[in-house]
Amino acid sequence: MLLLAPINFIDQLLLRYFSAETINHVIWPFIQIGLVVTLVAGWVAYATYLERKISAFMQARLGPMRVGPWGLLQPIADGIKLLTKEDFIPEKADRWIFFFAPYIAVAAAFITFSVIPFGPDWAVITDVNIGLLFVLAVSSVGVLALILAGWSSNSKYSLLGALRSSAQMISYEVAMGLSLIGALMFARTLSLSGIVNAQESDAIWYIVYQPLGFLIFLVSGIAENNRAPFDLPEAESELVAGFHTEYSGFRWSLFFMAEYAAMVIASAVAVTVYLGGWYFPFVYRLTEAKGYHNVYVIVSLLIFLTKLTVILYLYFWLRWTLPRFRYDQLMDIGWKWLIPSALINIIFSALAIFVVQALDGWHGIKTVESLANGLDLTGTGKAVMIVMGLAGLGLTGLLLARINWRSRDFNLKSQRRNIKLVNLPQGKPAVPVVAPAASE
Amino acid sequence: MHQVEIATTKETLLDSPEMVLNMGPQHPSTHGVLRVILKLDGETVMDLDCDIGYLHRGMEKIAENRMYTMIAPYWDRLDYIAAVSNGLVWVETVEQMMGLVVPPRAHYLRTILTELNRIASHLLWLATHALDIGAVTVLLWALREREEILKIFERQFGARLTCHAWRVGGMPNDAYDEFDADVRRFASNFPKRLDEYETVLSENRIWLSRTVGIGVISGEDAVAIGLSGPALRGSGVAWDIRRARPYAAYADMDFDIPLGENGDTYDRYLVRLEEMRQSRRIVVQALDKLPDGPVNAKLPKIVKPPIGDYYHSIEGPKGEIGCYLVSDGTAQPWRVRVRPPSLINLQALKKLCLGHLVADVVAIIGTLDIVLGEIDR
Repeated sequence: MLLLAPINFIDQLLLRYFSAETINHVIWPFIQIGLVVTLVAGWVAYATYLERKISAFMQARLGPMRVGPWGLLQPIADGIKLLTKEDFIPEKADRWIFFFAPYIAVAAAFITFSVIPFGPDWAVITDVNIGLLFVLAVSSVGVLALILAGWSSNSKYSLLGALRSSAQMISYEVAMGLSLIGALMFARTLSLSGIVNAQESDAIWYIVYQPLGFLIFLVSGIAENNRAPFDLPEAESELVAGFHTEYSGFRWSLFFMAEYAAMVIASAVAVTVYLGGWYFPFVYRLTEAKGYHNVYVIVSLLIFLTKLTVILYLYFWLRWTLPRFRYDQLMDIGWKWLIPSALINIIFSALAIFVVQALDGWHGIKTVESLANGLDLTGTGKAVMIVMGLAGLGLTGLLLARINWRSRDFNLKSQRRNIKLVNLPQGKPAVPVVAPAASE
Repeated sequence: MHQVEIATTKETLLDSPEMVLNMGPQHPSTHGVLRVILKLDGETVMDLDCDIGYLHRGMEKIAENRMYTMIAPYWDRLDYIAAVSNGLVWVETVEQMMGLVVPPRAHYLRTILTELNRIASHLLWLATHALDIGAVTVLLWALREREEILKIFERQFGARLTCHAWRVGGMPNDAYDEFDADVRRFASNFPKRLDEYETVLSENRIWLSRTVGIGVISGEDAVAIGLSGPALRGSGVAWDIRRARPYAAYADMDFDIPLGENGDTYDRYLVRLEEMRQSRRIVVQALDKLPDGPVNAKLPKIVKPPIGDYYHSIEGPKGEIGCYLVSDGTAQPWRVRVRPPSLINLQALKKLCLGHLVADVVAIIGTLDIVLGEIDR
């Protein structure tokens, strides 16, 4: 069709100069990588614009308005400004580590995009069969950059920020990894495209099977990316700018890009695993089934980006609404709430799968259709799974509430006090209030 | 030969020295050029010392070389957030030394405008305090509200921040024409806006966990240190100069004093919020009762208070602003001394902070509501 034509045309053009293998394994991946990197860099730049606009609207302001219509060119102006700024390295800094730390951060964030399935078929660079592990592993390299940056700056604020971030990211990584296991049990694959395919063939988003897992993933994703209310490593009001206090110009902007890219990745993983990735009801039937393959891919891509934006908006929304946690409270949430609930979630997911399979064929109830491509369930099976998921959410909440029943943090709301209002007796006036008539 | 001791045992290896962290004078949340030297064990504050004086301008010495009527604008620059209150303490001290009787209309207008200034100052405190704890949006909301007051100030005094509001003996001019309507519009909008701001913070779990039980000071300790204003009332001590020694038109006003229970950051937060509501109440009352008449007393050509000394204080937004004045009978004061509430409240910082984390230090500096212009003078 119309959208198919240019791609075939490029193929024809390339076949004149290269062999088919070179094109498939070298040229096309490079085109894809180039496209994704450009798009992601643009997306990251415009995520800053989006954040500034959203925060502005929340705060009764207009946000950037001067550069271009509605300030749309602001990210470009910012980029140019940051590129032309002085590349300042503090005298006492460890020069080489200081020099390389931002690159590690940005590389770790961008490499992860190679396995993110933005859409079916050609909309994903590579579909590794351990995609999810790859994402978790590579994105956790980002913490190394933060530690190195904080350490090499030779500044106390940076050091404190780096130490905070390492503790924070390591503890939330655990909860993040554990929360994904439930969904993996349903999908039966670690490949990100495979997870989406499993949801597509089952015609369901895993958020309805795994409400608890989704919540844990979302919270630990925010904490993992050092976003408010967990933005302790760069808490402006305490640590000036945390680990990147000493950074300026383009090196600082690399950290900034890494932060936004990491945020996009966390949202992308949440979308892929819990919100069905590019899958949306009826899209396949309306496009691919009728032979419009590229339309299908592009529509799926747009669906994925829409879902991504929704999660990103959630990130922005939380950041501009909530105050910041304190370091010890952050650790409490990670270790006392998220990790136990993630563990309970695994047990419940296993239990749900077991119950669904055990019910199949019992008194003529049919729950499982096939186990070939993830978990393929009938209507009854889905209902059972949803009930189990909600029960898991409720029971985990009850259990953790019971454990923390007497703790101070749990009972914070009851500590909200009302102040006394007293009407004090009047003392001797310091000033004569009503002027006597005969003052002259 | 100098002997270097090598750490060999496990205890000595783990016994790492504390880290000394310089917070300020260029730090986003020390509210100016305050330098706090923290001794940290991990992130726990082991010891703390304040270094002040980066904004010292010698106001008290300058005052010795100026005529009495020329000093008031300098006083605006002490606590630049509450210039109207600061100006009031100076003119009232001089008036009382001179035995001047100020017309009632001036007293009522002074009451209205200082209370508006109290609201403005508390709003800025709310904004920065929330920002310190990480709630950025409240900053903009509170500043939007403060803007309404600053607009009234601009029309009345011709300046927004350092408004040279008062003259010895009254006011430079009467209230402008739409003063009544402007203030009433602000007063009718303000309570529901404040409720809205409160919903973001007062019930918020994170806000509660950051403020409840942080920086606790008992009423006795607060009195011993000499705290005043909301910091004192947060600890449950019922002391308000507007009631204890009424000045301006406060004797005619009906208002309540909010008192906290535990003396923690959260109580001080609630006390200040309630004070804003009470201030609004005073403003509306004073507007209703506003008498007619002149706004200026008759003054001699040169203001020369009689020989002697005098102390007068008012309840500023931050606490008791006092002014001690020694006159030698000439047109210039012999000695002036300001009692700055922020400086004395700042003395409580060490007591409040010890054993807390770095993040709490920021919250506690915010809750003391200090202004460095006033501390350093």
